[in-house]
Order: sequence, then C-alpha cells, then structure tokens
Amino acid sequence: MNTHTLSVLVENKPGVLARISGLFARRGYNIESLAVGPTENEEFSRITVQVAVSSQQVLEQIIKQLNKLIEVLKIVELDEGSSVRRELMLIKVKADPATRSQIIEIVQLFRGKTVDVHNDAMTIEATGSPDKLAALLEMLNPYGVRELVQSGLVALGRGGRSLSDRAKIEKSRPAAGPAN
Amino acid sequence: MPGESPQPMTGAQSLVKSLERMGVEVIFGIPGGSILPAYDPLFDSKIRHILVRHEQGAGHAAEGYAQATGRVGVCIATSGPGATNLVTAIADAYMDSVPMVAITGQVASKAIGTDAFQEADIRGITFPITKHSFLITDPAEIPHAIAAAFHLAKTGRPGPVLVDIAKDALAGPTEYVWPEELDLPGYRPVSKPHGKQIREAARLIGQAKRPVIYLGGGVNRARAWEALAEFVEITKMPVVTTLMARGAFPDSHPLNYGMPGMHGTVAAVGAMQRSDLLIALGARFDDRVTGKLDTFAPEAKIIHADIDPAEISKNRMADVPIVGDLGEVLAELNAALREEARGDISDWVRFLDGLRKRYLPTEYPAMEDGLLSPEYVIKRLGELVGPEATYVAGVGQHQMWAAHLLPHERPARFFNSGGAGTMGYCVPAAMGAKVGRPDDVVWGIDGDGCFQMTNQELVTCFLEGIPIKIAVMNNRSLGMVRQWQTLFYGERYSNTNLKSHLVPDFPKLAEAMGAVGLRAETVEEVDEVIAKAMEINDRPVVVEFVVHKDAMVWPMVPAGTSNDQIKIARDLAPDWSGEEDL
Repeated sequence: MNTHTLSVLVENKPGVLARISGLFARRGYNIESLAVGPTENEEFSRITVQVAVSSQQVLEQIIKQLNKLIEVLKIVELDEGSSVRRELMLIKVKADPATRSQIIEIVQLFRGKTVDVHNDAMTIEATGSPDKLAALLEMLNPYGVRELVQSGLVALGRGGRSLSDRAKIEKSRPAAGPAN
Repeated sequence: MPGESPQPMTGAQSLVKSLERMGVEVIFGIPGGSILPAYDPLFDSKIRHILVRHEQGAGHAAEGYAQATGRVGVCIATSGPGATNLVTAIADAYMDSVPMVAITGQVASKAIGTDAFQEADIRGITFPITKHSFLITDPAEIPHAIAAAFHLAKTGRPGPVLVDIAKDALAGPTEYVWPEELDLPGYRPVSKPHGKQIREAARLIGQAKRPVIYLGGGVNRARAWEALAEFVEITKMPVVTTLMARGAFPDSHPLNYGMPGMHGTVAAVGAMQRSDLLIALGARFDDRVTGKLDTFAPEAKIIHADIDPAEISKNRMADVPIVGDLGEVLAELNAALREEARGDISDWVRFLDGLRKRYLPTEYPAMEDGLLSPEYVIKRLGELVGPEATYVAGVGQHQMWAAHLLPHERPARFFNSGGAGTMGYCVPAAMGAKVGRPDDVVWGIDGDGCFQMTNQELVTCFLEGIPIKIAVMNNRSLGMVRQWQTLFYGERYSNTNLKSHLVPDFPKLAEAMGAVGLRAETVEEVDEVIAKAMEINDRPVVVEFVVHKDAMVWPMVPAGTSNDQIKIARDLAPDWSGEEDL
C-alpha cells in the first residue's frame, strides 16, 4: 500500500464532509488521516486527506469519484517534493524532577514547545513532517507517553499559485429554463 | 427570467411555481404531515398529481415516466417513513442513471436532529444513492434548489436528485425569484470528446480483426440511436446489446448478436471473449456482463466512451478513454471513420453468424407436466403485441426471457431494473411509462414474486385511468433463486416456494383492484387472453399465465466464473468449432 496526499477544495456547505467520508467508506477506500478547515475564501473549505492505495488505478478512481461530488471544486495530489506538509502533535509524557530537563532538551532539539507542566508529567506541542514527529516520539517513548493526540496532515503546494486559482472557479452557469 | 420581479408567497407556493417553471406535467406521490403545505398549492396547479398507494410506487413510476419521455421524473413524499419508502426507487434510479427529482418534506428546521415525529435524515440516508441532494431550511432557496436539481438530474450522467424541504420552509413567507444562473461551481460535465482520443479510436477500429461494439444503456440516456445506427453502417462491426440497451439497436439487424453476460447469448458472450477490440459505448463493465473480470475478453483492447469519467478504467483498464456525450462521440467517430481504411472482418462475422445459428436464445424444452413454458408465453406475447408497444419487466427469470424473446426493434421500448435488480419495479414503472406514453400499449411482464411486492399500484392505475396490462408469469416460486438452488445448492429449495397456486388468486386480486383479471393455462388460452387484454383500454388488465416452475434461464455463466464457462443447458458447453480459423 502506498500513501498519497490529496488536497480537495470544496464548497463550504453543511454535509460536504459527510459526503466525502461516506464516499470513502462506501467504496472501501482507506483514509490514513483527514484534516478540514477554512481557506482564504470563506465560500470554500479545504480538505487534506491521506489515502493508502494498492495501485495507481485505485488512486485515479478515488480522484474521479471525488470529482463527481457536486460540491468538490478541485483536487490535486501533493507529493512530498513539491509541497510543504505539517502535522501537529500534543504529547503528555511522564516527567519527574529528575527527567524533566532531559525531556526539555529533546523537545528543544525538535523545536517543540512545553505547553503544560505538572509534578509528574508535562505536555509537549510539536509540529512538523510525519517523519520528524515519529522521531520525536521515539525519543520520548522511554520516559513513558501517557497520552497522545495528533492532527491530520495539512499541506500546501510550493510556489506562488493557489488551489483556488487552479480551480478556475466559474461562479455560475446558464440558468435552467423550462427545460424539462 | 431577467426582469422578473420578486413575488411574495409561501415556500410551498414557491415550490409549486418552480416545478411549473421547470415544465413539470406530472408528479407521483403521497401527502403527509411535513409535506402537507406543498399539497395545498399543488391542489390548484396545472401539474397532475397521481396519488399512489406506496411511495416506492411513486419512485418507480417516476422512473418509468422518465424513461418513456426522456424527461425528468418527479416523485414526492413526506418525511420519515414516506421518504424512506422512496429509498429503493432512488437507489434503482441511481444504478440505472435515470433522471429523477425526489421531493421530500422534512420536519420543521428547529426539530431537525431531535428525533421528532416522522423524522429521518433522508439526505444522509441517500448520500450514496443520489447524484446530489439539498436540505432546504430557508424558503428563499427553493427556486434555486429546484432549478439545480433538474439540471443535475438530466445533464451529464443522469441520476436521482433529492430535495428535502423543512416544513417551516414550506409554510413560511418568502419571495419567489427564479435564479438567472445556477450556482454549481463544481459541476462541469464534459460532453465534447477529445479529438486525439477520437483519432486514436478510429485508428484501432481500422486495424481490428475481431472488433465488437459493446453497447450499454448510456446510448438510451444520450438518445444517440441514429448516430449509433450510422456508426454500425459505416464500420460493419458486430454489436452486442446489454440488458439496458436492448432495442437501442434492432435485434433484426444481422450484426446484432444479442445480449451478452451471465444469461447472454452464446454468440454475444463468445464474441466478447474472442474479440481483439471492444468498443464500449455507455457501458460500465458490470460483473453481470464480464463474469470473472480477469478472464474477460482477454485479448481485447478497450475503447471506452462514457459521459462519466469515473466509469472509464473502473473495472477494466481502457486503452483509449473517451469522455463525452455518446451522440457527440459517435458523430465524431463517424466523421473520422468515413476516411479510415478498415481491415477485412468477414471471417469474424461469419464465425459469429455460425454461433448465432447454432445457439438461438429462443430454444427451450417442452415441459413434461403440460404446463405452459414461460419462454413460450413471453415470446408469443411479443409476437402478438409487436415491437411498437412499450414493455416493462420485473426482475428474475421472466426479465431474462423478456430481454431475449421480446421483439426489441425500437429504442426505449423496454424498461427494467438492470443495475439494482429491484423486484417490484414492474407494475409501478409500467404505470409511469403509460402516463408518459398514453397512446402506447404498455405491457408489464412480471413474476408472481415481484407482482406481490407492488401490485397495489393497480388501484392507482384504475382510479387515475392508466390502463396498463400486466402478464404475471406464475411459476409459484422465486424462480431465479430457485434456479440457483437447483444448480448450486443441491436442489434444496429453501424458502423459494411461494405457493402461489394456492393464494393469491391473481385474477380475483386484479378484479378487487378494479382491473380485469384473466388466466391462461394452455397454449390455446395464451392467444385468447392476450387478444382479450388487447381489447381492454378503459382499465388495467392482469393476465395470469400458469407456467412451469422448473424452467431455467439458459445460457448461463455461473456467478464468479469466467465467461468461457458458459453453459447452454445444465452441464452442456457450447461447441465453438470454427474459431481455429480466426
């Protein structure tokens, strides 16, 4: 299975996420992560979805089926080389006075932040690529990870163009007359 | 229209005005609590409302109407159970790409999500079986939603669109403003094919030695029958017509080798398996056509033309993908092919002619118990009624026999539930077809199992003056399931015996609903009852044909096996001699 990252520009309307997640469920596609949020234009939302597929043919099917949804405006695949990709992770790790400074040192190496401290634990915020976060986690595991939460991947294509430019949004089409 | 000034009215009035504006002539439906406000202005509208007896009937009737007229079929129901009763018909329309708009009432917007009386999330329920859907809580959105729903239903790949409207949006005040433009920025169906792909297709067709045109139901949706006839005329290539395309190209044409697939003719199945080039037109490589996919047409290159890009290379990789409206695709192919030199395919055609001659799909054994052969009845009905009539089938053995044995000479004269395989489709779809074609003779060919699912719409037919004719092939069992039990479950007939020889008494049941009830048990009676039925035009007619329960549909490719495993009778493979010369 290979993982691919799709960035999907959609109309910001109720039910769009349900349609998309329903499509993945119904057709048996695997979602590895999903992130949804507003964009520079309040009429659109942007969904970043990581999918695991067995072949290029399946990936093409996913893109074609997503494109059939009326509220989907544009889909691009973002590969690692041509995009900036980030995840956010919050990690609650066991920390007593003896280990606290060691943990802080590790976190600084990864440009993370300590966002909460307790007498036997601390919470760390880290952002970055999935690889970087995995490496951080590996370093913290020996101290005892109590709780972990992670966002889906978000990604932007490198360069000057935007996804909405590429969508060539046509605001409207000819009105339907008494055509039936 | 530009310049139209906003008109104050209720959401319900705005809905009815919008439907009128779309040119809707007829709606099939049943009122109920949440949709009630819409029924008040509908009472005064010129739109004909046909009060059905079950919402599923409204949905299938809208499908029959849509296919008979080429227009969008409309059905309407209330919230909750009214809406969920539409689900089967919506799924059916989705699978067979039938243009349909389903309007449902929803509980008041403030009650949505509270498990209110007769609340069901019909939009959520139908996400996977609609082309699109709207939930309207603001009455100002009604005209745009209706205009958009009709546009979506009939353009691109047609399909069902749901418009769910909260009761307060129907009852509340609004201003009716017809949208000058539709706000559907993500919807851009491609109808014009790519010139490069057309040239490549023409090149492959020119080189092919064993080409086959694999014709699907898309040709009916595109109404591209003339361009298709010209395409065959120019290329002289053999044609196979899928269940959804029966009649789109005449059976009497020497290059039509009939229906392919699980119950296809030996010639059609054999043609595809030996082909070196399949030209798929509005077809979707359904498992009932391909059999075991990795053994399907192993030597064939694929040209796949469809309005829906997602169909292309979904099941079988296409060598030449063509996205576009079939009418435009065929027109451009025809233009390109008039110039293209083509190889000699006469040996190929001769081989297929031999197969067709050897294995007529119209052969069937006489039954020992003296009961009627269902195949005979259906064939005879077609002979007596003729190719100009409209035929609607249910689902099962009788559907397969109808697909093979009726006179499929005219396009859009045979409607059935192909993709979904919905038992109960026949009676209401025939009703809708008759409403769309009041001057045509409309015959439904149904089974005793199917008929008992939706026959209540005969009441509707009687009261609304819709004189359809239904032939019930009573083999007192769920025949197709029984056939599988015979072949694959050691003749263990678990729950397929409907005992319809005891009850119901079909003619009496028909009479109780205002229809004329007839019955035939012998060959002589077959002609008599059909003649009688043809004379009745003021009310529906039900003719029960008491047929043998052991008749089986042949040929058959067992599910999940290669099409090469086709049998012409139990344990009997066809003789393929002649293929070594190809």
